[in-house]
Amino acid sequence: MANVITNKISPGPVVLTLAQRELVRFFRQRNRVIGAMVQPIMFWGLFSAGFRGNGLGPAFFFPGTIAMILLFTAIFATISIIEDRREGFLQSVLVAPAPRWAMVLGKILGGSAIAMLQALLFLVLGWLTLDLTSSPLEVLLAVALMTVIAVALTSLGFLIAWRMESTQGFHAIMSVFLFPMWLLSGAMFPAEEGTWLTLLSRFNPLTYGVAGLRHYFHFEGSSVAMNALPNLSVCWLVTIVFAAIMFALAWRIADTRTTGDLL
Amino acid sequence: MSADSAIVVSEVTHHYGERVAVDELSLSIDEGEIFVFLGPNGSGKTTLFRVLSTLIPLQAGDVKVLGHDLRGAVNSIRSQLGVVFQAPSLDKKLTVAENLTHQGRLYGLSSGEIKNRSQAMLSALGLSDRNSDLTESLSGGMRRRVELAKGMLHQPRLLLLDEPSTGLDPGARADMWKYLHQVREEGVTIVLTTHLLEEAERADRIAIMHQGKLAALDTPAALQASVGGDSITIRTDCPDQLASNIRDQFACEANVVDGTVRLEQPDGHQWISRLVEAFPVEIQTVTLGKPTLEDVFIARTGHQYLSSEE
Repeated sequence: MANVITNKISPGPVVLTLAQRELVRFFRQRNRVIGAMVQPIMFWGLFSAGFRGNGLGPAFFFPGTIAMILLFTAIFATISIIEDRREGFLQSVLVAPAPRWAMVLGKILGGSAIAMLQALLFLVLGWLTLDLTSSPLEVLLAVALMTVIAVALTSLGFLIAWRMESTQGFHAIMSVFLFPMWLLSGAMFPAEEGTWLTLLSRFNPLTYGVAGLRHYFHFEGSSVAMNALPNLSVCWLVTIVFAAIMFALAWRIADTRTTGDLL
Repeated sequence: MSADSAIVVSEVTHHYGERVAVDELSLSIDEGEIFVFLGPNGSGKTTLFRVLSTLIPLQAGDVKVLGHDLRGAVNSIRSQLGVVFQAPSLDKKLTVAENLTHQGRLYGLSSGEIKNRSQAMLSALGLSDRNSDLTESLSGGMRRRVELAKGMLHQPRLLLLDEPSTGLDPGARADMWKYLHQVREEGVTIVLTTHLLEEAERADRIAIMHQGKLAALDTPAALQASVGGDSITIRTDCPDQLASNIRDQFACEANVVDGTVRLEQPDGHQWISRLVEAFPVEIQTVTLGKPTLEDVFIARTGHQYLSSEE
């Protein structure tokens, strides 16, 4: 028998195959697809209608809603690692010779792709309904920034989910950590110089993602105060560092075993 | 150890917290043999399987798999190792072909190799027409076969299987064994765990595990021969009393094993009449059997097979 002895596994196909699996699984679960389509439309309608009264129009909430979509979709996409573990798929990945970082990256890119699909859908919706005055280059850069945010948040989701044995424990994390993280990102409240809320939000890496998107998205007839926002290069830097650290931590944690591996 | 050993285990110990699952175990498995770890649940065989499959790290002791050190060269081992877990590892939302494709990529196979190998594996396992079915639509027996195809896809030199016949009906189990023997003919070493005594008899060699230790290691025939003659099991209300009476009267070994009296003697049928005549009141039932692996287990551990499950 001719043995295929391949001690060095090239990581590219491993990353792609695992990312592809996330997308295939996503599209095969009809309720997830419907949820992904409906959620942005619903948020859009609710935010626009609900906040019209207090001077914060849909234009203000647009970047924040994108951040919310990225946050929740990215994180829900990666908590599927809990399912992978429970359903047993993960065990065969763990004993394969592929490098561990490639497995983590595959999972994270797959989750990010799902989050980006949904965020792009919302972007198209915004473009159709609002007077988006940003240049094509600005929109392109905004999409690039959204991708980095998606990778950062999917990695964060991976980090949280790796050691969890059931999705139930996730709800606590959701309400005491992820939701406040979004609230404190400047997505809901306009940044004002010197307030404690703004000060606090400076310690939240997501703030810089949202602020970066505010720099890129301009709408006709809306004036969002830019003076209290961190400048654009800081936004990029913090977001990239955030993504890099989250990915490094996800990679590191994936080298540890949990009792959940032992089905 | 010689170069012909597929696996060499030296003084391996594994703890889960305080509990010792594998206790200073040493043994070696030859290349090309079918080797079974037999033991009740909780005997440590699954823990050993997890260590050998590289799923959990080696805590203490040394293991060489196909000449590579398990601690140092884990990826060299992984690429030559096929692993079939007891718990299903297929993605149910994917088709059979998609599952195999992902597996192939994780082992660095090219698209062409994946296609050829998948076809070969599926036809060898009688699943050719199921290629594009979602695995969740397959029966339990078919899924086990896909698991086997998945484990063998990259042509490993060593195939590890944890309780592979779980959930298989007798026909499917026979098919699986036919396939394993066929693969062995191609030079693949096969190591599996089982808690089923009748299954272990199909192996070349059996390691009987008990409480994390090796209770016996030999060919099925040698193990059965080691028990010595026929085994006689007697049910009675006072086993200790009866065993001691038998020892006194016949000057032979008689042991109490979990509430029954057991003797191993050649010419068991003659012993039965002698025993029943000597103790007509005490003996409730008496059974005579050729030694089975269960008798071997009892002889080596002093415990009934089933009652020693944890």
